[in-house]
Amino acid sequence: MLDAIVQGILLGGYYAILAAGLSLMFGVVRFINLAHGDLAMLGAYLALFCVERLGLPVWLAVAATLPAMAALGWLLQATIFARTLKAGILLPLLATFGLGAVLQNGMFGLFGSDTKSLGNHIGSLSWSSWQVPFDISVGKLPMFTFVVAVFVLGALHLLLARTKVGRAIRATSIDPEAAELVGIEAARVHRVAAAIAVALAALAGAFLAMRALITPYAGPAQLIFAFEAVVIGGIGSLWGTLVGGIVLGIAQSLGAWLSPQFFQLAGHVIFLAVLGARLWRTHVAEHGGWRNVVSGVRA
Amino acid sequence: MPVAILEGTSLSKRFGALRVLRSVSLSVAAGEILGVVGPNGAGKTTLFGVLAGALRPTEGRVLLNGDDVTAANAARRCRLGIARTHQVPRPFLGMSVFENVLAAAAFGGGLAGQAAQEGAAEALHRSGLVDCANRPAASLGLLDRKRLELARALATRPRVLLLDEIGGGLTEAELDVLVGLVRDLKQDGMTIVWIEHILHALLRAIDRLVCMAEGGVIAEGEPRAVMADETVMRAYLGGVA
Repeated sequence: MLDAIVQGILLGGYYAILAAGLSLMFGVVRFINLAHGDLAMLGAYLALFCVERLGLPVWLAVAATLPAMAALGWLLQATIFARTLKAGILLPLLATFGLGAVLQNGMFGLFGSDTKSLGNHIGSLSWSSWQVPFDISVGKLPMFTFVVAVFVLGALHLLLARTKVGRAIRATSIDPEAAELVGIEAARVHRVAAAIAVALAALAGAFLAMRALITPYAGPAQLIFAFEAVVIGGIGSLWGTLVGGIVLGIAQSLGAWLSPQFFQLAGHVIFLAVLGARLWRTHVAEHGGWRNVVSGVRA
Repeated sequence: MPVAILEGTSLSKRFGALRVLRSVSLSVAAGEILGVVGPNGAGKTTLFGVLAGALRPTEGRVLLNGDDVTAANAARRCRLGIARTHQVPRPFLGMSVFENVLAAAAFGGGLAGQAAQEGAAEALHRSGLVDCANRPAASLGLLDRKRLELARALATRPRVLLLDEIGGGLTEAELDVLVGLVRDLKQDGMTIVWIEHILHALLRAIDRLVCMAEGGVIAEGEPRAVMADETVMRAYLGGVA
């Protein structure tokens, strides 16, 4: 069981990278991107393409993929996302749902339906591990993913807290109109946020492709995991996504430890439990505290 | 005739069937302090929205130093030198007071590094907020939030400052400080347009007064003459006949 917990924590690193972009888009742009998982897959396929067709080493392929995907995020925000945002909350959902379908079928058309993986291209990293006391084996790739996650979130944290761009991002996320009032172009800030978010999705996709087999249609499942991590960790909170990712990862790997088919179920259950607790807490706060709720007094 | 630094020509704004501004023309001379009064719903804040770029006029043009800025958004106009404070303060609540002002100095003021820090510090000093610099903006009370609104506007180094009811809720002593600050800013060459209901404070600071009612300008000129105008009295005492 201790082993399952350790594996879950490390898995949480992957979820944190995946969820950070989703959380950033929601926190800054107030935009829910249902194609986030599919963009992660596109990033993975792009990296695979660089490795298999162009013969680049994996690290270089990922390094080339990230700026390309960031540019794609910038373009998507400028052409599609910003427009749909003006028309209420439903249109972004429909538009990104459609974008997801386009991406899935586009990847299917270009790369075929065969499952693929970057795992064959990273040597022993994909399977080797360290043996630590208590009979736990720590996989080198999950550990590396986790370290990258902490590094990426730390860098993002510093960017937001210390830099001019970060201040503009925070100001815009708090009040876009007031941001414009002090000379910040909110639309440009939104494009920067989208670029970061899509690059992070692509990074997560690349890590998924190193650890597992991917298909063009694997995006929506990843989107759900990302959503769950964001909600568990608290929407719009950067380090919360790491906590959320870790909680989700532990739940899943404990579930799998009980029985292999409980992997996903346990994750969904913990997500629903956290969501339920949040709603219950709001309910309690609105009705004047625990005592009133328990005793049935209407405040 | 001095040069008009900010000019609105035949500005109209409709929200659906509602006409909030009816062909308002307004010219502000460089270095002038212009007061704007009028009953609630006269369109004063809408006029500021149109001048500062938050709202697009249905008709008419906005000129800054003779250049047409009607198509420029609020962020661009801010960098060109038009700053505005909101009647209801809108601080960036997740940031410290200093960061609020620093963002304004860096973006609106176009300052970098050390200069941005100094610009922000000076704006805080002028607004009387230095002691609160490191506090979270969310911890400020309403009056200090109004000061922050002013500090943020000043940090963008405006040529024209639009003040929207910044005196509401201040004590007499605080109003004195505010009037002194507005006069100081004029000494520095800033042009100010000030919407205010507290007439005795406004009249001590301004050079010229505009009175608006029902979306139009009903009187304009020397402050005391405007206040003595019959149409203005009627607008205040019970609607325009």
